[in-house]
Amino acid sequence: MLDFPTWKRVWLWGLTLFAIAAALPSLASITGVRWPSALPSPMVNLGLDLAGGSHILLEADKRQVAQQRLESMDESIRGRLRNATPSIPIGDISSQGGRLSFMLKNPGQVDATREAIMPLTSGAGLTGQRDWDIQVVDGTRFVITPTTEGLDQAFTNAMDTAVEVVRRRIDALGTREPTILRQGDERIVVQVPGLQDPSALKKLLGQTAKLEFKLVDVSASPEDIARGIAPPGDEILQFSKPEGGRTALAVKRLGGIKGDQLTDAKQAFDPKSNAPVVSITFNSAGGAKFAQLTSENVNRPFAIILDNKILSAPNINEPILGGSAQISGSFTVQDATQLAISLRSGALPVDLAVVEERTVGPDLGADSIHKGLIAMTIGSLGVVLLMIATYGRFGIYATIALVLNVLMILGIMALINTTLTLPGIAGFVLTIGAAVDANVLIYERMREERKKGRRVVAAVENGYKEASRAIYDANVTNAIAGILLFVFGTGPVRGFAVVLIIGLFTSVFTGVTLTRMWVADWLRKKRPTELNV
Amino acid sequence: MKLLKLVPENTNIHFLKWRVPFYAISALLVIASWTLVFTKGLNYGVDFAGGQEINATFTKEGEAPVSELREIVGKLGYGDPVIQRFGALNEVSIRTKLPESAEGNPAAAEQISNRIVGTVRQAYPDVRIDGIDTVSGKVSGEFRDKAIYALLAAMAAIAIYIWIRFEWQFGVGALLSLVHDVSLTLGMFALFQLEFSLQIIAAILALIGYSLNDTIVVYDRIREDLKKYRRMPLPELLDMSVNETLARTVMTSATLLIALIPLLLFGPESLFGMTTAITLGIFVGTYSSIYMAAPILIWLGVSSDSFVKTESATDRQERITRERGN
Repeated sequence: MLDFPTWKRVWLWGLTLFAIAAALPSLASITGVRWPSALPSPMVNLGLDLAGGSHILLEADKRQVAQQRLESMDESIRGRLRNATPSIPIGDISSQGGRLSFMLKNPGQVDATREAIMPLTSGAGLTGQRDWDIQVVDGTRFVITPTTEGLDQAFTNAMDTAVEVVRRRIDALGTREPTILRQGDERIVVQVPGLQDPSALKKLLGQTAKLEFKLVDVSASPEDIARGIAPPGDEILQFSKPEGGRTALAVKRLGGIKGDQLTDAKQAFDPKSNAPVVSITFNSAGGAKFAQLTSENVNRPFAIILDNKILSAPNINEPILGGSAQISGSFTVQDATQLAISLRSGALPVDLAVVEERTVGPDLGADSIHKGLIAMTIGSLGVVLLMIATYGRFGIYATIALVLNVLMILGIMALINTTLTLPGIAGFVLTIGAAVDANVLIYERMREERKKGRRVVAAVENGYKEASRAIYDANVTNAIAGILLFVFGTGPVRGFAVVLIIGLFTSVFTGVTLTRMWVADWLRKKRPTELNV
Repeated sequence: MKLLKLVPENTNIHFLKWRVPFYAISALLVIASWTLVFTKGLNYGVDFAGGQEINATFTKEGEAPVSELREIVGKLGYGDPVIQRFGALNEVSIRTKLPESAEGNPAAAEQISNRIVGTVRQAYPDVRIDGIDTVSGKVSGEFRDKAIYALLAAMAAIAIYIWIRFEWQFGVGALLSLVHDVSLTLGMFALFQLEFSLQIIAAILALIGYSLNDTIVVYDRIREDLKKYRRMPLPELLDMSVNETLARTVMTSATLLIALIPLLLFGPESLFGMTTAITLGIFVGTYSSIYMAAPILIWLGVSSDSFVKTESATDRQERITRERGN
């Protein structure tokens, strides 16, 4: 029990010094000392509640992905059947209840139809996964149902893309060190330290940025548009800001092009009116389509549509062949800049809604660290005084263990790169109060054993031995509470759990193992006959 | 050097003599706590209720003008704002519910916070905005569910652990004292209408851990004494175990309080609620490990046999032969 061979000492001190060395860069940064950059510098990150900044939780709509997937499948099936030889005529495709169904005009073409659409139903890659199930009902009706795996895969892909797009947009804002993470199935956490006004960021993330160019149906009567009745083949879309007294227009569903094939987008000024606009450049495929659309429809108006809202509906005065165009829409400079960023970073594959948002001012965090340090210092001094007054020499051992304990927690936090949060500071204070419990248990037991008449060495040995059971059980139950807190908690509360859990391990290490080594050394050197505890 | 003793040596306090009245008081307190929780309700912060919370510090005034704020913010027409001080006198939180239309709609939610901040700034130019939290109804509902799961899971897991390490009676005793501690803490939050947030759940989980430290130390000693003094009547034995561990119980509660009270007085205001909960919990937890966790063992019928293997007839025969041989 009290035997410490050299190899054990080397290990114990090595571990202690290693953890403490890892704490030094963080300590240097708290106290404002410069840490030489040549040395490795693991750091404890400061949580947003201490560093200041914005936390935004975004949620994607799963149903929207399913709907979009259904629409694109609809289009693909039509294309396939139209281009089949001989072509396969069908009735309307219905998309009721999350599945597609259509009737064949010619019942003899069931096999040909199946063959034509089969390639559309298997998943990407070589997994052999089936994305859609085909059923033929009553001999002529095809029902195409998405499989759960296919839908999940599509949603995962959409979320991956969404995270990428969010990252590109935030990078474009020039903010430093953002954290962007998937959380669970359908959420993305964005944390930007130091960002005080998240409004620009939220606007940027709230914009899906699906850009479309569609032809305006000039034959639709204003009355029908006002009543929301769309002529066949048209849809009624609202203006994002009323233009020339109009609030909505009828546009042709088909024959438009999507604005996703861009190589660049930037904010510019219209040479004539000097109004802020976004100038976009298509890639060669997109440019060709745009040239075709504009050549075929000279002197007709077309609508520039962003996220299903009309930005503007200018006339096509001449074919636009150069592959670049201008988007006008009564923007402010800021609006135009943001739209340019959104277009450049690509459209979000799914709308993201902000479901939680927290912003912390910069002064509060610094203030909290300062106050936390003061409270921690006073608390530690009080605990140390009480321990030394009560246990004398052994109190001093407990004190040294306590200091090493705090440093080791900080060092381990830096090594595993965790985050210190405001509740984490409370965790430190609590650990300081609770870590000495192990020492109290041991020392009280030593007192008792001595009172019972045991000799000094036996009393010390029994003190450590008999107390260790309760110390072990107490730490396991605390660990259970801590782990559950970590699993169920979020953000700042997790920071608290991290400090508590690391503190359990380090406090047993310093409070029990290290003090035992020191006590053993003292016993061997001094051979005391009395135990003043 | 004369060393300090917080508890005199060789105490022999008959704690368990008063177990029935103390149990009655504890039961009444638990019932009162739950009555308060259900009638007065907990003052849920945005974490659990959803909505928007703006934290502000009045840098030039000694005291935040709460009633004036209530009036000017109330006039903006976002329902009845909850405005309360927390920690220092010059710090307030302004809590408003979000209208249906602003749920998940950042522009609308932001418009509301901008108007409130603008109005307050105009009336009090010295105000410093420390933070704005917006939590949608969906997310706050999830937080509520998770918090309840975490508390229940922690209590269950700990009770099972104690059951495995000790005996089932000890598991029941630990669970009972945890229910007591958590109930009383919730009751205090309902009584004083302190803001109930995620931090408070963290505090309750931490105090579950510390309350259990005490219980385990007492139980460990009871187990040891049960093996040692097999003929001692149980109430007497429990009293002895509690007295033997009393010095440690008082000392550890003292070090925890010495560490926590500076945090309560000088620490960051945003930790006030959390620190209050843990500090209260230390008192309640120390009391419950002596008066809830120990006496229940009498009623549940713990005896020395719980920890000593019963001797089979052949074992007995062997022992006797061996003893004769000596």
